[in-house]
Amino acid sequence: MKYMLLICVDPAIEPTEGDPTIEQWLAEVGGRRLDGSQLRSIQDATTVRTRGDEVLLTDGPFAETKEQIVGYDVVDCADLDEAIRIASRHPCARFGSVEVRPFYTG
Amino acid sequence: MTLDTEVSELFRAERGRIVATLIRLTGDWDLAEECVQDAFARALECWPREGVPGRPGAWLTTTARNRALDRLRRSNVEAAKLREVVAVADHEPDEDDGIGDDLLRLIFTCCHPALTLEARVALTLRTVTGLTTADIARAFLVPEATMAKRLVRARQKIRNARIPYRVPPAHLLPERTGGVLGVLYLLFNEGYTAGGGAEPVRRDLCAEAIRLARTLVALMPDEPEAVGLLALTLLQDSRRDARFDHAGDLVPLDRQDRSRWDGGQIEEGLALLDAALRRGRPGPYQVQAAIAACHATAAAAGDTDWPQIALLYGELVKLVPSPVVRLNRAVAVARADGPAAGLALVDDLADDVLGHLLPATRADFLRRLDRPAEALAAYEQARDLAPTEAERRHLTRLIEDLRG
Repeated sequence: MKYMLLICVDPAIEPTEGDPTIEQWLAEVGGRRLDGSQLRSIQDATTVRTRGDEVLLTDGPFAETKEQIVGYDVVDCADLDEAIRIASRHPCARFGSVEVRPFYTG
Repeated sequence: MTLDTEVSELFRAERGRIVATLIRLTGDWDLAEECVQDAFARALECWPREGVPGRPGAWLTTTARNRALDRLRRSNVEAAKLREVVAVADHEPDEDDGIGDDLLRLIFTCCHPALTLEARVALTLRTVTGLTTADIARAFLVPEATMAKRLVRARQKIRNARIPYRVPPAHLLPERTGGVLGVLYLLFNEGYTAGGGAEPVRRDLCAEAIRLARTLVALMPDEPEAVGLLALTLLQDSRRDARFDHAGDLVPLDRQDRSRWDGGQIEEGLALLDAALRRGRPGPYQVQAAIAACHATAAAAGDTDWPQIALLYGELVKLVPSPVVRLNRAVAVARADGPAAGLALVDDLADDVLGHLLPATRADFLRRLDRPAEALAAYEQARDLAPTEAERRHLTRLIEDLRG
C-alpha cells in the first residue's frame, strides 16, 4: 500500500541534532521508499488557479501555514502502522510534522 | 427464562466477538454488523420452533458467516476475494478457536491512535457493545446524524488508510494498551460526570465501560493495568447512589451517605486491586484504584487515610505528571499536612487546562487558612469558569456559606 509522506517544517525552528540522520533514515527505509525529494522553499513556489479563462498566479504556497512542505517521500508498506513507524523515524518528525496520506488503491 | 431474554443476553455477551470474527473474515465492517444482526433475527425466528441449540454462539457465528458469504457471492465480489473468504472460513476447525483474539483485534483497532478520540469511543461502543447509533448520540449529547457521520468516517479511515486489523505487535503493545484503557476510562467518566438528572443512557455509560473493562481483563489476563482499570471503575461506581442529591446536585465525597455505597461492588474492586498489585507491575490505573480503595474502606469521612492518599498521589504524579494529577495531589496533601502545604503545591500550578478547578481548590485552602477575602475572590473566579449548572450552584453555595 502506497503512502505519501509530506515533510512539513516551521522555518523558524532550528533542526535538532540526533539520530537518525537523513542518510540513516534512507538506509532504514530501504526499498520501501519508491520516490522522494527535498523541495525548494516556498519563496520559490508559484500557485496556479484557473478561474474561467483567467490563469491566476500567486507568488508563494497554496496556503499560508506556519509549517511548510519541505519535501516528500513515497513509501510502499504493509499498513498504516508501518507507515507511521517510517514517518516517526524521519529526522524532521522530531521538530516538524510528517503527514502520512494514503494513495488510492487499484 | 423466556427466549427473548435468552437471546438478549446472548446478544450482550456474544455480539461483539461474532462481529469481530466476521470483520476478520470479510474485511467489511458494515457487512459484518448487518450479517450479525441477521443472524440474531434468524435465531428469534428458528429457535422457537427448533429449540435453542447446544452451542448458541457457534450457531450464530455460522449463520452470520454463511449470510456474509451469500451476500458476497451475490454482490459480484471478485472470485479471488470470495475464494479467500471461503477458504479462511472453512478452515475454522472449531468456532471457539481464537475467538477471544478476534475481539481483542477489534478492540485495539477501534482504539487505534490514528482515529480521533471521539471516533475511538464511538466506534468501540457501536461495534463492541452494540449500542445503537441513536443511543450513543444521546449519551454524548450530539445529534444522531453527527454520530452516524463520525462512525462512517472512522470506518472509512480504517479501510482507506489501511489500519491493520490486529492486536499490536509487542513493541507497540504497551502504548496501545494504554490507549485502550484510556478510551474505556473516558467512557466511564462520561457517564460518571453526567449529572444526577441526566438521561439514563448517559449514566448507563458507566455500566457499559465496566462491562468492557471486564471483557478486556478476560482477554488480557496478564495485564495488571486492565485489572487496575476494572477495580478503579468498580470502586468509583460503587458510590453512584450517594453522589447526587434530590436536586441533582453533586454531594461531595466527605458528605456522602456511605450506607448507600455498593458494598458488594467495593469488595469486588478491592479483591481485583489486590490481585493486580500482586503482579508487581504498578501503573497509573492501579494507583488510582488504590486511592479509590482508601476512600472505599473508610467507614466515615473522618476515617479516611489521607497521608496514604497523599503518598499514592505522589506515586501517580511520577507516572502521570499532568496538572490534574498534581492538583489532586495538592488536595490530598492539604488534608494530610494542612492547607498551607496544599497551597504551596497549588501555587506552582498556573495552568489553563484546569479551568475552574484551580481557583476552587485555592479558595478552599484559603478558607481553611482563615483568609476569607482571598477565598471569596478565588471562589468567584471559579464560579465564572464553572462548566456546568451543577458546579455553578455548588460554588454559589460555598460563596454564600462564606459570606454568611
